[in-house]
Amino acid sequence: MTKIAVVTDLHANREAVEAVFAHARAQGATEWAFLGDFVGYGADPAWVVDQVREMVDAGAAAVCGNHDEAAVIGSTPQMRAEARAVIDWTRAQLDPGQLDFLAALPFQVQREDRLYVHANAFAPSQWEYVQGRADAVRSIHATTCHYTFCGHVHEPRLYHLGATGKAGDFTPTPEVPIPLPGYRQWLVIPGSAGQPRDGNPAACYAMFEPGAQRVTYHRVPYDHESAAAKIRAAGLPDRLAARLAEGI
Amino acid sequence: MRSSGAFNSGGGGGSRRGTDWHDIGSLAPPLEKGAIVDGFLLEKRLHQGGMASMWRVSRVDAEGNPAPVADEPPLIMKVPRIKGGEDPATIVGYEVEQMIMPALTGQHVPRYVARGDFTRQPFIVMEHIAGDTLRPRLAEAPLALDEVVEIGIRVATALHDLHRQHVVHLDIKPSNIMFRPDGAAVLVDYGLSRHEHLPDLLEEEFSLPMGTGPYMSPEQVQFIRNDPRSDLFALGVMLYHLTTGERPFGAPSSVRGLRKRLWIDPIPPRALRPDCPPWLQEVILKCLEVQPDKRYQTAAQLALDLQEPGQIVLTRRAEKMVRSSQWTRLKRWFFALGAEPQETAPSATEVLNRSSIVMAAVDVDNAAPELLDQLRETVRRIVLTEPGARLACVSVMRIARIGNDALTDHQGKSLHVKQLVGLKHWARPISKALNLEDGRLTFHVLEAPDPADALVDFARRNQVDHIVMGARGNSLLRRYLGSVSSTVVAESLCTVTVVRASAPNNSEAGDAARQPAPDSPGDSAPS
Repeated sequence: MTKIAVVTDLHANREAVEAVFAHARAQGATEWAFLGDFVGYGADPAWVVDQVREMVDAGAAAVCGNHDEAAVIGSTPQMRAEARAVIDWTRAQLDPGQLDFLAALPFQVQREDRLYVHANAFAPSQWEYVQGRADAVRSIHATTCHYTFCGHVHEPRLYHLGATGKAGDFTPTPEVPIPLPGYRQWLVIPGSAGQPRDGNPAACYAMFEPGAQRVTYHRVPYDHESAAAKIRAAGLPDRLAARLAEGI
Repeated sequence: MRSSGAFNSGGGGGSRRGTDWHDIGSLAPPLEKGAIVDGFLLEKRLHQGGMASMWRVSRVDAEGNPAPVADEPPLIMKVPRIKGGEDPATIVGYEVEQMIMPALTGQHVPRYVARGDFTRQPFIVMEHIAGDTLRPRLAEAPLALDEVVEIGIRVATALHDLHRQHVVHLDIKPSNIMFRPDGAAVLVDYGLSRHEHLPDLLEEEFSLPMGTGPYMSPEQVQFIRNDPRSDLFALGVMLYHLTTGERPFGAPSSVRGLRKRLWIDPIPPRALRPDCPPWLQEVILKCLEVQPDKRYQTAAQLALDLQEPGQIVLTRRAEKMVRSSQWTRLKRWFFALGAEPQETAPSATEVLNRSSIVMAAVDVDNAAPELLDQLRETVRRIVLTEPGARLACVSVMRIARIGNDALTDHQGKSLHVKQLVGLKHWARPISKALNLEDGRLTFHVLEAPDPADALVDFARRNQVDHIVMGARGNSLLRRYLGSVSSTVVAESLCTVTVVRASAPNNSEAGDAARQPAPDSPGDSAPS
């Protein structure tokens, strides 16, 4: 049985990523898909990029996120000071090989009936958020795949479009398998692994089982105190450390 | 799972427009007897309804030979009738049922077996529950009161089990209720149901209220789809009908007609059926309250009342012989005008969590006073933190296993009453302190040879959520008699809190253990 662990918005949070990987392996993950934003905000960009690169070499799917793109291009004067500081710091942590890996990431990957993108399917490189049903329908209409997986939005969410043209949205309950029958189109937002923002500090990811046509949203508690301490030690903005404890 | 039916899907199929999910089921030809679909042989059409047909099916292998699976019940296949692929009611109803049924377990639902791919041949295969639904019995209403109550208990028990699985049925009516040979009610048809932890595919689908007109709760009329108490309203409609032979709100076909139940109350059952006892009217009218907060909060609480009619607190509902006055109705109508239900109806989990049944097992005759005090204090704290909880105070009166009890009937009765008096006295500080009104507090003296069995059985029958009981303080007694509380902890399905009286210090507890056993330990009941 194929079980695909879909992980997104890892944001250089080693502690969260380690916890998610261990959880997904224990759940029997057979494949991996990464929806981008491997770096930015957190204190371990090089480690996270190395991990993902290794798994991509072994067959995992991965797409580029806006933070990855920014790390490759470098900061621009238009950016807010905080963002500029984070990007410059992140870029300095990455060696040329790691930057090349990020630069080579595609904006979308399709595997069978599944589309992986970072932000949306209608303009994957433009970074528009899927913030509601209208955006979700726009994204679903842009693909023939029945299953789209996207990140960028850090809160877990599930959108669907039925045969009658009516769309719905749902805030998933963690750990409850949700059937995703293939006669509907689905947009799965697993939520951020490295910087959850729905008030729950536990790391997010989703496990998709194409055979059984179902998805389970998982929440994995991790040592966010260590992750925050590293952010502070690196001299990154304190706000980025503080929010991990609250998941905001 | 792709369906791989052996039936002919080549001819007569519709042409594909756009992507295939827009052409649901249109490729499938009508099914006929003898066809094989996904390894199921269609043996006999049992029912042809407007929304679906039902086939008796059996498993066959690739060659078409019988291939039964061990321990599998007789099977039935439900095939939705899709009219041209653009029939939202059938399509989405089928999708909902296909989503929810595999998540359900237990004896009160048909066991789910398999489903078909919508783009090829939609179907659900499930356990075949033999016999008829409750529907034909409506024609015989009014039924005997005993039977009405029995049906009420069984359906409420099934509903509570469903609600505990986070599902609100939303279409409770006689044609969706069946019974197993042992009498357990089975709820069928989940096409309108709502699972709290799964997306609600029906939420945005329709601009009309969803449900069956006569049974729909006021909040369903107002598009609320997640309140388990809606099912209790529907059950109330059913009990009213079975008791009186009349429908409480008729069978309206328009939304305007449906909305009338927001302000027009039904004729009290006793006005239609003089031998309907006041307590039954109390129960039925409580189920039919417009505000969910005024109904029973859980099906378990309803089942508990129906099993213990003597404990039902009668309110003005029980005494009513006529409908509310025109003036009252006018007021209700005015407030119902454009009234929107509460923005966030509580979920099934929330309602069940805040409306638990707490059972205090009290050995009024034998437990030490300190233990009884400690037990009362513990129970008080639990009930205090759960404002919707009901408290059932239970004690066990031991009787001999075999019929020739030394007690005469008269003696037995007086002992029973004595225990009941003791139990009420024990609970008095709690009922006073917490102002337990409206039937939230009940008393039960169980007559049984084995206290632990009796307590476990009572808890199971009444779907108790939490048992609070004392531990036998004297370790010598415990050694000779075994511990009632440890048996209850081991065997009951719910949470059990075992209370100990706090001992001043360890040495004293040790002394107590060395004291000789009392003279007649055999009389001890739970402690």
